Formats: sequence, C-alpha cells, structure tokens
Amino acid sequence: MRRLAGMIPFIFLVSITVFALIKLPPGDFVQNYAAALAAAGETVDDAMMASMRQRYGLDQPIWIQYWDWISGVVVGDFGYSFQWQQPVVNLIGERMGLTFVLSASTLLFTWAVALPIGVYSAVRRYSIGDYIFTFIGFVGLAVPGFLMGLVLMYVGVSVFHADVGGLFSPPFVDAPWSWARVVDLAKHLWIPMVILGTGGAASLIRIMRANLLDQLHQPYVDTARAKGLSEFTLLVRYPIRIALNPFVSTIGWVLPNLVSGSVIISIVLNLPTAGPVLLQALLGQDQYLAGAFLLLMCTLTVIGTLVSDILLALLDPRIRFQ
Amino acid sequence: MSATLTHGGLETASQAKLTWLRFRRHKLAMFGLVVMVLLYTIALFAEFIAPFNPDRSNARLVFHPPQAIHFIDDSDGGWALRPYVNAFRLARDPVTLEPRFVPDASRRIYLHWFVRGDGYDMWTFIPGNLHLFGPENPRDMVFLLGADRQGRDVLSRIIHGARASLSIGLVGVTVSLMLGITFGGLSGYYGGRIDWFVQRVIEFIISLPTIPIWLALAAALPKDWPPMAIYFTITVIISLIGWTELARVVRGRFLQLRSDSFVTSAWLDGCSQKRIIFRHMLPSLTSHIIASVTLAIPMMILAETSLSFLGLGLQPPAISWGALLKEAQNVQSIASAPWLLLPGAAVAITVLALNFLGDGLRDAADPHAH
Amino acid sequence: MPTEPILDVRNLRTWFPVGRETVKAVDDVSFTLAPGRTLCIVGESGSGKSITARSILQIVGTPGRIVGGEILYRPDPSAQAVDIAKLPPRGARMRALRGRDIAMIFQEPMTSLSPIHKIGWQIAEGLVAHGLADRRAARARAVELLRQVEIPSPEIAVDRFPFEFSGGMRQRAMIAMALACHPKVLIADEPTTALDVTTQAEILRLIKKLQDEAGLAVLFITHDMGVVAQIADDVLVMYHGAVVEHAPVQTLFARPEHPYTVKLLDAAKKLGMAAPPARPSVPAGAPVLEVRDLTMTYPAQASLFRPPKPPTHAVRGVSFDLYEGENLGIVGESGSGKTTIGSCLIRILQPTGGSVRYRMRDGATRDLVQLDRDGLRPVHREIRMVFQDPFASLNPRMTVEQCIGEPLLVNGLLSGKALSQRVRELLVRVGLPADCGSRYPHAFSGGQRQRIVIARALALDPRLIIADEATSALDVTLRGQILDLLLELQPKLGLSFIFISHDLGVIRYFCNRIAVMHRGEIVEIGAADDICARPQMPYTQRLLAAVPEADPAHRSLVAEAAP
Repeated sequence: MRRLAGMIPFIFLVSITVFALIKLPPGDFVQNYAAALAAAGETVDDAMMASMRQRYGLDQPIWIQYWDWISGVVVGDFGYSFQWQQPVVNLIGERMGLTFVLSASTLLFTWAVALPIGVYSAVRRYSIGDYIFTFIGFVGLAVPGFLMGLVLMYVGVSVFHADVGGLFSPPFVDAPWSWARVVDLAKHLWIPMVILGTGGAASLIRIMRANLLDQLHQPYVDTARAKGLSEFTLLVRYPIRIALNPFVSTIGWVLPNLVSGSVIISIVLNLPTAGPVLLQALLGQDQYLAGAFLLLMCTLTVIGTLVSDILLALLDPRIRFQ
Repeated sequence: MSATLTHGGLETASQAKLTWLRFRRHKLAMFGLVVMVLLYTIALFAEFIAPFNPDRSNARLVFHPPQAIHFIDDSDGGWALRPYVNAFRLARDPVTLEPRFVPDASRRIYLHWFVRGDGYDMWTFIPGNLHLFGPENPRDMVFLLGADRQGRDVLSRIIHGARASLSIGLVGVTVSLMLGITFGGLSGYYGGRIDWFVQRVIEFIISLPTIPIWLALAAALPKDWPPMAIYFTITVIISLIGWTELARVVRGRFLQLRSDSFVTSAWLDGCSQKRIIFRHMLPSLTSHIIASVTLAIPMMILAETSLSFLGLGLQPPAISWGALLKEAQNVQSIASAPWLLLPGAAVAITVLALNFLGDGLRDAADPHAH
Repeated sequence: MPTEPILDVRNLRTWFPVGRETVKAVDDVSFTLAPGRTLCIVGESGSGKSITARSILQIVGTPGRIVGGEILYRPDPSAQAVDIAKLPPRGARMRALRGRDIAMIFQEPMTSLSPIHKIGWQIAEGLVAHGLADRRAARARAVELLRQVEIPSPEIAVDRFPFEFSGGMRQRAMIAMALACHPKVLIADEPTTALDVTTQAEILRLIKKLQDEAGLAVLFITHDMGVVAQIADDVLVMYHGAVVEHAPVQTLFARPEHPYTVKLLDAAKKLGMAAPPARPSVPAGAPVLEVRDLTMTYPAQASLFRPPKPPTHAVRGVSFDLYEGENLGIVGESGSGKTTIGSCLIRILQPTGGSVRYRMRDGATRDLVQLDRDGLRPVHREIRMVFQDPFASLNPRMTVEQCIGEPLLVNGLLSGKALSQRVRELLVRVGLPADCGSRYPHAFSGGQRQRIVIARALALDPRLIIADEATSALDVTLRGQILDLLLELQPKLGLSFIFISHDLGVIRYFCNRIAVMHRGEIVEIGAADDICARPQMPYTQRLLAAVPEADPAHRSLVAEAAP
C-alpha cells in the first residue's frame, strides 16, 4: 500500500517529463502539417493555421495544455490524434495491449531460459557447458535486437521464403478477436519474443550465475550439508532459493528494457504494437498520441518495479520485517 | 621481530601493477584488449586504412557482391604469392532477365600494399592519397565486402563508420563519467539529504524505458542542424541516461571507502579534504571506474546504432554503423544484398570485445568479489 | 574412564591442489574420540584444525580432498566400523551419517543459518531428511529442542527468523539443530569465537550439560587456550597442518613438550588473569584528559511511512580522567559503547553532549567537543589512533614509507631526505627493518602491519594514543608482542594510552586503570588490580567470571554443570 501511494507522485512526475519531452521540438503539429501540405503544392495561410491551432488548443500556454491533457488522462481520455483524426484511445488500445502481451511473454521466456541455464552454469562452473552458455550469453548481449531481427528476416526470406514480420497472418490482421486469432498470434509471437528476450536472458544468466556462485560457498550451505541433505535438495532449498531474490528484483529493470527494446523490434519486424506508431507520432509531433504511448509505457515499467518489489517482499522475510 | 618478510618481486609492486598482473591472466580480456586497440587504431587512421573513399559511388556497380581474395596466383604457369580478386561482369539471368554480377575468371585485379588511390584529407587537414592496400590500378574497384545501392564500397564505409560509432562511445562515456562521478561522489561523500535526492533522481531515470525517451529526445532535434551538432547532441542524449549506472558505482564505493579506516586515518593524519578525496579515495576507485566505463561504452555504441538505424541519429552523409544499417532496413534489400548487414557484425564484435575487456578489468580490480 | 573410541582417525591427509602446488592443509593427523569425552583441537589461524573437523563429515570445500588415511566410525563397540574416508562425499551412505550420527556446529552463527527460513524449519529439516519424523512431529521436536537449549518461549521462537535473534540465541538454535537427530558425535568448530565472553561462557556450559546428558563425544575446535583448559579432556595441538602434540589436558598444561605448545601456553598465560601484569606502576600525574558527561545519541529515525525508530543511546553520560603517563583500559562487550567513546574522543563522531577537556602540550586546555575542523588539527597531532584491522587501516596504494610519512608531510613538518630518514628511524623503532619502506602493505603480515600503523601513530611525537581493539585481529602469540612493544616505547616517548578492548586479559596486562562499560555507561572504574581481584559491581563480577582461565585445575567456567 505504501508503495502504491508512492507511485502516484511518481507517475505524476513521469507525466510532466513526458509532456515536456513531446513539447521539446521546435514548432508544432500545425507547422509540420502546413509544411507537408506546402510540399504537396497547397498553400496554407496564417489564418488557417491559427484557426487550426485554436481548434486543437495549441494556442494556449503550455501549462494549460498540460492541464487539459492530464485531467483528461485521469478519466481515461487521452486526447485526440491530429494525424489520424480520431481519439487516441481508439488507436492505442490494441497496440498497447499487444505491447504488454509481447513484453510479458518475453519476460516469462527470459526467466524460463535464464533460470535453468544460470543454475547449470554456476553449479557446473568451468565445465564445457558453462563455457558454451557463457559464450552464447556474451553474443546475446553483443548483438543488438534489431540486428538479430534483420538476420532472422533474411534467413526467413532466403531459406524459408516466408516473411517473418508481423504478429498475424494476413487473414487475421484486421479480423476481430477470436480464438483462431489468438492461436495465430501465439504462432507469430515467438519470433519477436526470442529476439527481444535474448539480450535480457543473457544478462539474467550472468546475474543468476554470479548470485548462485556467491551463495554456494555461504556457511549455511555447509550447515545444511552437515544435516545430511542430498546435494540436489540442498541446492534447491538453500542457494537457489536465496539467489532468486536478487533475480526477482531484476524485473524492475528488465521490464523497462523489454518495453524499450520492443519499440525497435516492432519497427523492424513491422509489428502492430506501439513502436511504429510512436515513432510516427514523435516525428509528426502528434503530441497527444505520442504522449499517451510514452506515459503508458512508463507506467507499465513502474508497475513492473512495483510487482518485483512485492514479489521480493513475499520471498524474503528480511525485507518484510524491515 | 616475529616473522621474516616475504621475498620476491611482488612486495614492491604497486596496486596498479598487481591489477595488471591479475588482468593478464584473464585470456578473454586480453583478447578483448587487443581487438579494441586494433579497432580504435583503424578508426583513427580510417582514411589510410580504407581502400577507397567511402563516398565514391558508381551507378554501374550497384549491389556488387563481395569478392574473395585469392592468394596464390597461377596465371603465368607457375605459382606465386600474389593476392588478387576475380573481376565481376554484369550479365542477365537467362530466365528472369534480371541483371546479375557473375565472376569473370579471365580478369584478375591484383592487390598491393601501400598503393596510391583516392585522395583524402586525413583528420580534415593532412592531404594524402596513400592507402594501406588497394588495387594496382586506382581506377579499379575492389569490393571485399560488397557494394551498397549506390555502388559504394561497404568495407571502406564500415571502416569510416567506426570513427563515429567508436568515438560516440568514448565521448558519451566521458560525459556520463563526469556526471556520474560528480553526482555519485556528492551523494556518497556527503550522504544525507543530497544523497537522498540524487538517489531518487537516479531511480526515476532508471525506471523510464530508455528507447522511447531517446526517440522522443532525438526526434526533437531539428533535421537541418549540421552533422557535428547532431553528433554531439546525440551523444549527450545517450549519456543523459547512461550516467546513472556510473553514479551508482561511484556512490557505492565512496560510501564503502568513507567508512574504511585508512580514510579515517588520513583525516586524523591531518590530510585536507582535497587530499583525502584525490590521494586516498579516488585512486582506490579508478580500477572500478575503468571497469564500469568499459562496460558502459558498448551500451553507448548500441544506443547510437539503434537511433541512427531508426533514422533519428546521425544523418547521411555522415557515416556510422547505425546509419549504414539503415540501408538494410527492409527485407528486399537484405534479400538481394545480405552483405549490407555486415556493419552489424562490426557492432557485435566491438561490443563483445568491450564486454570481455570490462569483465576482465572488473575481476582484476576486485579480486575478492567472487 | 577410557572407553572404546567411537571415532578413530588415522593418518588423515587432506590436501588442496592450488595451481601447480599442493597445500597440505591436514597432513598425517591421528586421534581417537570416545563417548562422553571432549577432544580439543587447538591452533592458530591456518593450522588446519577446521579442515580436520570438516574432513570427518567430508564437507571440505573444493578443491580440497581427503587423499589418505582412515576415519573409522564405530557407533557401538559391537558394530562394524565404517571408514568414512572411503565413502564417496556425495553418496547416500555419507549423507546418512551426517547430522544423524555426527553433527556439527559452525563458527559464524550469523551466516551459518539460512536468513530466509524459519528457525523451527531449519531444526526440523534434518529429522525429515533422515526420515526420523514427519513434518508435524519434527516441528514438535524442534520446540522441545529449543527448550532444551534454553531459548525462552520456544513455541514462539520456532516460527522466528534467524535475523530476529541475537548472536548467542542463534548459536543456541544452531546447537538445537545439531542435536535434533540424537547424534553420537558433536563437532564444534570455534562455536564461541564470534560471541561475547559472557555469552561464550553460557554456550560452553550448555554444550557441557548436553554432553553429559547424552554421552556425546565432542570434538571442539578452538584457538583459545583458556577455553581448552576449561572444557578439554584431551588436547591436540596443530601447527601448519600437522599434529605437534597430543596429550591429556592436565599433562599438556603442566608439562608441554613441543616448543610451539610452550609458546602458545606462554602467550595465553601472559595475557591470562593470573599472570603478573607487565605495566609499570605510574605515579599519578596531572590529568591530561577530563571527560565529563560524554553522551552520544543517534537520533530517532523518523520516516513518513514507517513507525519511527527510537533514538539509540550509544554512550550515556560517561565521565573519567586520564592522567599523564597512564594506560586506561576501556573494556566491554559488543554494543557496550566502548568504540563509540574512542571515536567521540578523537571526534570521528560528534558527541551529542558533554565535554572532553584536553590539556595540550603547551599547557592550553581545549574542549574537544567544541572544536571545529581547523581547531582539531593541532589536537590530532598530539592524540593519535590505532584501529583494529591492520589490513584496512593502511592505504593499499601507498608504500609503507608514504603511509608512515603522510602525517609528517601533510602537516608540513618534514619532506624529502629528512622525511625518509625519519621513516627509517620509526621503522626500526617498531621493530621492522629500516629498508622496507619501499614495499606496499600487502607484503606484510597482520602483526607487521600493525607495527606499521603504530609507526605512523608515533610519527608526530604524540602524547596520547587511543588504541581501538588494536590487538584483536591478531593471533595470540602476536598480541603479547605488540603489547610489549607499546609498553617498551611508552617510557621512552612519554606516552599515555586509552586502550579499548573486549579482552579483559589484554586490558589487565596493559592498563593501570580499567573502566568497565555496559550498555553505554561506565559501571565501574578503578585500578586494574582492584577491579580484577575485587570487582564491586555485579556486571563486572559476571564479566570476570566468564573469562576462561588457562588452567585446567581451575574449571570455574563450567563447574556448575560438572557432575
């Protein structure tokens, strides 16, 4: 509860930062729009621009614009997208949902991969397997996600003659939600999931390995061994259990990273998530659309941190009793 | 006198020397060091090492495939060690009639060390035309790593791109380091309210998803700025986020050192605040800082690559690995010219080498951490 | 009462291959252990005593390995003996012995218990693992065991976490854990080293009581000859992995044969409570330091969301005088506030109340509590401090000459050749070779480093040295040497000392007067002989009674439990 209360000023701060960020570029949407029209040969006079500004509220001082925006956000109104000529809510709903699905499933994938490999690497330290995983881990860290996406796309095109982009097969792209669409999503989801998760998994493997190596030589392990526990029980019950704590606390930064990474991957793989639209909105100064995406992404990561804190408190009595 | 003093070369070895001795045992890290020295040397002397001017284009050589180097030349009956490549000629695919490059075994382009070729101004002020290697005849083109969609040599472009990509890492890390040492040091040395405030700021920044923020900041840059201004602004944008990690490391070590009794002793010895910080505390931090910095550079390089890849970082005609990868953004170009992905390999090698190096440095700096 | 040995260790060798070399941590060690008897293995750090104990359970850390010898375990005279050394360390047969037949207690009660599991579960776990009880029965047994080791309200304690317990309580829980399966052999690896002396006495008494009840064979590892004298039936003295002497305790203390044993015993007796003190008697000079009502209170930690923590009174209203040329000892257990006093006197900490009036060499009197940074500088030339950990108090990046010369240099007193010359003199003065100044601290052992620290303290010709646990990190033979060095220098240099320690033996050896601290207050202060011979206050009496005396003929410590 205390943490929840602490989140509100935090998200408020985030919203100010976000708004400041999207107002940072010189000029505004109307100017960009006019420039685009001018390029197309139409002329836009100042009176038209002024009336447009007035319609969108862009002639108001910045803090009033902020206030109008944020008071709308609180009641679920994220404003109006200038580029798309429709309310922001209509645009972000499914895209944020898919971003969340992608991030969350990647997180699970990351753990499912990192935990056993990390444990294996620590327990069989300096074995051939450890060296192989360490090396793969290093490569995973070194190859940026979008590059991996590009390589996979190349492999997909040249070997399988299939486009690996997108999250849906063509018939499902605009279809309403159905069970078949979910199945189709699951079929496509794994490629971005693997691409996005590799970097995170690589660093988590290293964290898990280091934590566990630390714990393996703690005196309480000797105590447990002296009680006559088998090596496996011992390992699961003590060092792994305790090494999990710092592991769990990594959600706090893994999730922001995943949300971050998904933006670029989505652009490369042309996924219908938040990334491509955010990029367009930022470039076109579609302020409320960009703002909504940024705000929601930041909130998502804050919630992730909160979840990891709660899990940590559940796992570690020392934190509970503090 | 109870025990005899240990003898050998080590008792007069300074900490720096001991750290170096430990580091040398770390084979991967030594390998990383060698690779990085090599890469930075290449970046520094890009004009000389690249065989061609990176902007030399030829509309007839669009997407020219890579040519393999043959070392043994048997053209005049016997054989000699004369490296050459087979020239390619343009032919039409008999079925689709698409233009295709096919190797022309009859024409060989011989490669030489230290040839005269495209002119350049090294570091913008040393004119020259000497290249480390290149074709015998400066009018020939040799594409060891293929050509891009304007018929430019990808190898030369990667070599020139190294300069921007690698230096952004260094400059960015310097900015981050200054921010990190200042705030981390303040936080760790004074503690209390300053510490609290700096910590909250760092927590705030860390919990923001970096790439959307970078995008937003980078999108705010006017497109008509000169490349140098963009370059520096991008660097600053990247470091604005990157300093937090360094600040945390510095703070943690400062807090730990502050309670170490040799620092207290220095104060009791009458050392001034300045001397305590610069003579006693900072030297104990250097190896940790160097290690963290080494691990921060790859993050910076990756960030620049990502931004430029999305078209928000360095803009053509500026060359960086990210800007080069932008060429490979769509499936069609990758499918027809997969060698456009090679700048990515350069990124991966660099990041890998820096990670090895940083890990080795960290282990050497802190032998008791494990 | 010689009975059949339950454990017969013959020619045990446990080696550690390190790189191309092999460290022979345990080399050809033999002994026997009988039910109801206590065998003490004694030695200084690195003697291999702990590895010997761990070898018996085959829990030697990697890369250590038993390379030879036999560990014959015979649970009762009629049974076939098992050679533990031949069992695979990870096998089921070895596991069946661990905890059930042979149990072990470790040194660090803080880290030897898992921080995130409840005490009760950690005790019950062994029972469940050996199939001796189901979870419910194991829990009931855990409560019973906690009662047996005299932990108050065991029904509640069983659901507590280790970090909610004090050190002594944790060690009791640890003992309960070891006894859970009714083992026949108990191995105790320095179980009281991390504890205060009064807690140590309680734990030793408890082990003795439990041993008598169950007829346990106890293998007790320690470095403290006092503890050995109090509890051992037989003693094994180890040095560099080998046994140098093995004898019944009375024989060993009365007629030690090996020179190393003699040295150990001498060192222990020198700092024991019965030995004649070495300190010179001093005529009462003028007071150098007058401490009045010194108070150090850490403020309450107010927090927006959490219940506020109450303020901590580390030192409450302490007053004492220090006379010229005198050695004042401040003795107390952990948390008594003795170190805080030292830090307040030299102003590493800013006391929250009281005054410390110090008479400078030139006769002027200053209140140290009121001085600011600049005002303290001349004072810090006259009052110096020696810290506990000689490894942490020297900057590892400076040569010995730079370390010792630092105070002279920064105070602008000496530089260049004259500085080097002075450093050489100081090195010789503390018993180090004059030419070792170019070496770095890592080239020196703990005792040598402490000499370097002393040389640095002496560099400014101080009048008063505050030594905070200055000998506690050293092995017992080195302790005496460092104390003798200080005593030898004292008359030559006209020094006074405030010596802070938890070790009454050290304090008694070194100091003219003793102040006994308890919970932030001085409970008793007086001449060293009076305090040690005729303690007035109950706490002082308890403290003195808890000091293990290095004489097996006077077993006061565990006497009440003995039959």
